[in-house]
Amino acid sequence: MDPLAFLIEPFAYDFMQRALGMSLLVAAVCAVLSCYLVLKGWSLMGDAISHAVLPGIVIAFVLGIPLAVGAFVAGLACALLTGYLKYNSRVKEDTVMGIVFSGMFGIGLVLFTKVETDQHLNHILFGNVLGVTVGDLIETAIIAGGTLLVVLAKRRDLLLYCFDPNHARAIGLPVNVLHYGLLVLLSLTIVSSIKAVGIILVIAMLIAPGATAYILTDRFERMLVIAVAVACGSSVLGTLISFHINGATGACIVLVQAFAFLMVFLFAPKRGLWPITRLFGRGNGGSPDNVRSADAP
Amino acid sequence: MNRVDLLTRSEAMARPASIAVRDISVTYPNGFTAVRDASFELGPGTICALVGVNGSGKSTIFKAIMGFVTPSAGQVQLCGLAVDKAVSMNIVAYVPQSEDVDWNFPVLVEDVVMMGRYGHMNLLRIPSNEDRRKVDEALDRVNMSAYRTRQIGELSGGQKKRVFLARALAQEGIIILLDEPFTGIDVTTESAIIDLLRELRDAGHLILVSTHNLGSVPDFCDQVVLLDRTVLAAGPTAETFTQENLERTFGGVLRNFELSGHALHEDDDARSLNVITDDERPLVFYGVKKNKKKEGRPDRKGGE
Ligand SMILES: Nc1ncnc2c1ncn2[C@@H]1O[C@H](COP(=O)(O)OP(=O)(O)OP(=O)(O)O)[C@@H](O)[C@H]1O
Ligand SMILES: [Mg+2]
Repeated sequence: MDPLAFLIEPFAYDFMQRALGMSLLVAAVCAVLSCYLVLKGWSLMGDAISHAVLPGIVIAFVLGIPLAVGAFVAGLACALLTGYLKYNSRVKEDTVMGIVFSGMFGIGLVLFTKVETDQHLNHILFGNVLGVTVGDLIETAIIAGGTLLVVLAKRRDLLLYCFDPNHARAIGLPVNVLHYGLLVLLSLTIVSSIKAVGIILVIAMLIAPGATAYILTDRFERMLVIAVAVACGSSVLGTLISFHINGATGACIVLVQAFAFLMVFLFAPKRGLWPITRLFGRGNGGSPDNVRSADAP
Repeated sequence: MNRVDLLTRSEAMARPASIAVRDISVTYPNGFTAVRDASFELGPGTICALVGVNGSGKSTIFKAIMGFVTPSAGQVQLCGLAVDKAVSMNIVAYVPQSEDVDWNFPVLVEDVVMMGRYGHMNLLRIPSNEDRRKVDEALDRVNMSAYRTRQIGELSGGQKKRVFLARALAQEGIIILLDEPFTGIDVTTESAIIDLLRELRDAGHLILVSTHNLGSVPDFCDQVVLLDRTVLAAGPTAETFTQENLERTFGGVLRNFELSGHALHEDDDARSLNVITDDERPLVFYGVKKNKKKEGRPDRKGGE
């Protein structure tokens, strides 16, 4: 196949342009949040909130309010309920979380089968990025863009909160605001991603880019840049592949991200299983491959 | 930020430093009362040692001063302000006994020290030249400049401690709380830090240090608080840091070697040499028992 055609041809279609725009937006915001989730050890929290969103979507449909609002409220409710139950019992957080989110997901499924909706369950669960409208795109741009702006503006406070909450408190930062702020931002991110990748797959977008970047660097700012680059690159590639093999787009993007993680895990210059610098640069250490290991001190 | 009073940080910092601990009791959630009816007051330009056995409540006192635990009775005031207010104004710097952080975090030594400056920066936390200079200075003072671009987990235990000390120094609180800063620190760095604490004291800071190095207490601390789940004695070092008070504080835990009479002198002499140690740097009393003068102690101040 002509490589240029492979790249260009799909985007002659409007729906493919919209799909690409959507997946890039979602990839960027998820990648930024993923850095915090990976560092804070909140991966399961991301999974929990995304599953718990389902009953919110159904109830919002019944009430006739925007689905995003219902999803956001349900997601946040899951996070708060988890915190409350953990604080008031001796059960560990991940245990409580598992119960809360699977319970809420169950409620969502039951409600869904009892309520007549114009929504496809498959689209909610796995996304339908090829079917997004301009309106969807605008809605996502507002939510994801706003979230991105807030996270990037407060990235240092959030990082300090994840790294050393006691010091954050000792220098007078509002630790509770940061904690709940991060939960709110996470919920917003998930809500903005549902149309593109669905509530089951979003967790992959919320973990893989951050995990990939974490292996590659010792500096947080670089970690953010790498995560966003990996996620956006995977979005483009995943969307293209899905077009050509006629496969589910969300799943293709997630697959490419997982592949990127695997490559980095195996060959990362400093922490890989078989560092690429050692495979190729043995002896003189001056191989061009070393240029990529920008983090060597 | 708060409607109660519109004191700004710079106004608060302009107040003379003070710590007032009044009759506080601290009970942990498991019901254990670690400190009962403890009181002491400290003013500006002071280095005060907090001394007591393991479990006597030193760290608990620090946590109460920072508002990390809430006293079940009594109150703490910092510069005449309630704890929450003082802490939110970033006027207290605190180095805990041990850091509970993820050592694999992607932050470098200099990033960690910069975190001490956040309270001085605008809301986006973009460092100014002054912030950078203070970070350089703080790293220099703990002899860690050479390690500034190391990832935080790639340091030895003592080096990690020094980084967190540097972070507190960079914060420039008018009150500085150091919970056992010298454990695991080598002698060169320890004396560099002590010199630095003296400088800060002379600039009006109030420094509270807990330590097991009894020998260096009279060397650099003007005040002492002796603790055993309550305050046993508090006051100027010369009057408070006496052999009797220490024996009360430490019970049988300390090693006490007493050399006197003919073991020490050829002639008849009432004076004796007392070495008190809990296996850190020993404290040496030389002279007639109950004599409060500090002969025989190492004196680093030289010609002061
Ligand atoms: N979180 C906690 N819950 C219950 N009890 C605690 C807690 N932290 C400390 N304690 C108890 O409170 C007492 C005082 O502890 P603290 O840490 O203040 O001692 P310390 O004087 O700092 O000792 P060290 O010299 O070992 O640092 C100890 O008996 C300890 O067991
Ligand atoms: Mg302690």
